[in-house]
Amino acid sequence: MIQLTINGQLQSLPVPERTQGSEGCPVSGPTVAQLLAHMALQGKRIAVERNGEIVPRSQYGEQVLASGDRLEIVVAVGGG
Amino acid sequence: MDDFVVAGTAYSSRLLVGTGKYRDFDETREAVDASGARIVTVAIRRTNLGQNPGEPNLLDVLPPSRYTILPNTAGCYTLEDAVRTLRLARELLEGHTLVKLEVLGDPRTLYPNMAETLKAAEILIKEGFQVMAYTSDDPVAARQLEEMGCVAVMPLASLIGSGMGILNPWNLQIIIDNANVPVIVDAGVGTASDAAIAMELGCDGVLMNTAIAAARDPVLMASAMKKAVEAGREAYLAGRMEKRLYSASASSPTSGLIAGGAKKTA
Repeated sequence: MIQLTINGQLQSLPVPERTQGSEGCPVSGPTVAQLLAHMALQGKRIAVERNGEIVPRSQYGEQVLASGDRLEIVVAVGGG
Repeated sequence: MDDFVVAGTAYSSRLLVGTGKYRDFDETREAVDASGARIVTVAIRRTNLGQNPGEPNLLDVLPPSRYTILPNTAGCYTLEDAVRTLRLARELLEGHTLVKLEVLGDPRTLYPNMAETLKAAEILIKEGFQVMAYTSDDPVAARQLEEMGCVAVMPLASLIGSGMGILNPWNLQIIIDNANVPVIVDAGVGTASDAAIAMELGCDGVLMNTAIAAARDPVLMASAMKKAVEAGREAYLAGRMEKRLYSASASSPTSGLIAGGAKKTA
């Protein structure tokens, strides 16, 4: 499990099997795409910021999350 | 065609609408349709982490293929928050750069913080955004925003959501006279006549949300606002007659009256 702060809330995210190291230690965290899938947000009209930087959609599958990352996941809502 | 041009793009409507405070997405869509607006502003907020996967999304109701979605920074009190919000919006809207910047300075009045707004505008413009800036009705602030490269200046008519109408037409007049970019009254319009007055003053457009959403019948008010903006614009283009207090001038011929002539004056 890794600890992430998502939209200001502390969340635990399981590390997927294929990213586990030989003794169960994660060699790298899950990707942004895996997080979005875990949250049932894949394919939704959202945008993601990680530690203050925008994560372009094209990099969802590449950017690997680490414990302590701060994420913002936003949508468009009604407003004036 | 009297198109409204902002940042090089022509729009067929001079009414810009917000999407907040509606009962549901159906009402939002019906009101936006009735308003005829082509530019529709939306807020950017954190996703609800516990949300239903099937929850409808505003952008499904108002698809960017059909409307120009104008993301805004409503609720931001610092330039950092405003800039971050719009960077997220640009990513959300696949590179869309036309944005509405507002940096608020006071939670009770929602009055803009112009020092922060100016700084945020500068950063955003450098990053390639086309900034439409919410501003106080201070002609100097409006000019500074224009000089910096904002594509439109959007002075308040009165406080956001107040419906108090146009409280200082003279300042708006000065802003309009000075401006070389579109001037859009943003905030304070309460009813159709307010929108018409803004347009008669020479504003290029009007942006509103609460005046429509908080009407008893929002869809009907949206239709009224569409007509008011069109009527106000036509009146502005037509050029109103001079006001002539105490020098009445009859519209009908003054001779040939059956009683034999005009009333004698002393």
